[in-house]
Amino acid sequence: MTSPVSTFGALAIIAVTALCTFVTRAVPFAFFGGKKGSPAWITYLGQVLPPAIIAILVVYCLRGITPTSYPFGIPELVSVAVAAVLQKYKHNNLLSILCSTVLYMFLVQTVFHS
Amino acid sequence: MTKSRHLAAIRAAFPLTVPVLCGYFFTGMAFGLLMYSGGYPWYWAALCSVCIYAGSMQFVAVNFFAGGFHLLQVALMTLAVNIRHMFYGISFIDRFAAMGKKKLYMIFSLTDETYSLLCSAKVPQGVDEHAFLFWIALLDQLYWIAGTLAGCIAGALIPFDTTGIDFAMTALFTVILVEQMEDKNNRLPALLGAAAALVGLLVFGADSFLIPSLLAATVLLLLCRSRLHKGGER
Repeated sequence: MTSPVSTFGALAIIAVTALCTFVTRAVPFAFFGGKKGSPAWITYLGQVLPPAIIAILVVYCLRGITPTSYPFGIPELVSVAVAAVLQKYKHNNLLSILCSTVLYMFLVQTVFHS
Repeated sequence: MTKSRHLAAIRAAFPLTVPVLCGYFFTGMAFGLLMYSGGYPWYWAALCSVCIYAGSMQFVAVNFFAGGFHLLQVALMTLAVNIRHMFYGISFIDRFAAMGKKKLYMIFSLTDETYSLLCSAKVPQGVDEHAFLFWIALLDQLYWIAGTLAGCIAGALIPFDTTGIDFAMTALFTVILVEQMEDKNNRLPALLGAAAALVGLLVFGADSFLIPSLLAATVLLLLCRSRLHKGGER
């Protein structure tokens, strides 16, 4: 495993993340101003990339699961299912996140405690 | 004169921002708790919420602090995760340009939630438009910062077992994905993304699949453009 970054490392990470975030927000003001609008392929990526990236991030969050050994990713999969079902029927972000996180904490701290 | 102008703008802006207050305060709190449970000092968390100010991205950034990331990876991931923001500004090019010194802050603070508020907000009569838009943006960020600090404080004051609290991030992305799937047009891109991630995970392993998968998904989506193109819908 890697060790946590130093204060300087953290400042560098925050600076780079902040700068790149600002760049994504500033792009239209720098390039797409005026009458021409943005190129078609950029508009296309803007529509299709967000769902693809969020799907990748969900997999990224679940990357630590080991399906072949105890607890087989059961706490993760059950909690993700609860979050998804709650969101599907209630459409309340806060409720879905809170309930599934509390459930997950309960599962890993008591039921699947090793 | 300017003081009363701002007071009037705050009074008009605040009611509109209440839904964001609820969402940001508690999501910010989850971020603060997550940083606290990772053992990072509260001012790193605060600095993130002041300088980065991007919900999902800050949750991803928590992973960066654990070490093992090159700054170039940090930059690529940030650009990828936040690329949707590129499209928010398009609707505000002219409006922000007229705001003078406030323009930079308006661009900086254009999060998903602030964007949607600004899109729908109608300036009440007798209220200065620029001050009104500015206060919507600033109030939103203040909620986010307050939530972050509350999360750090809660973590320090209420000693409870935080094992598993990082699932809040998984839950957040799951919730966003479910909402996106409501739109049929998003289903195939999400499926392509999931496939790119799973294949990447198998090929590159858990520690290094993210960037290859993001790149693969982008290329795949560009290749599928003729099939997926929605001809200016939405």
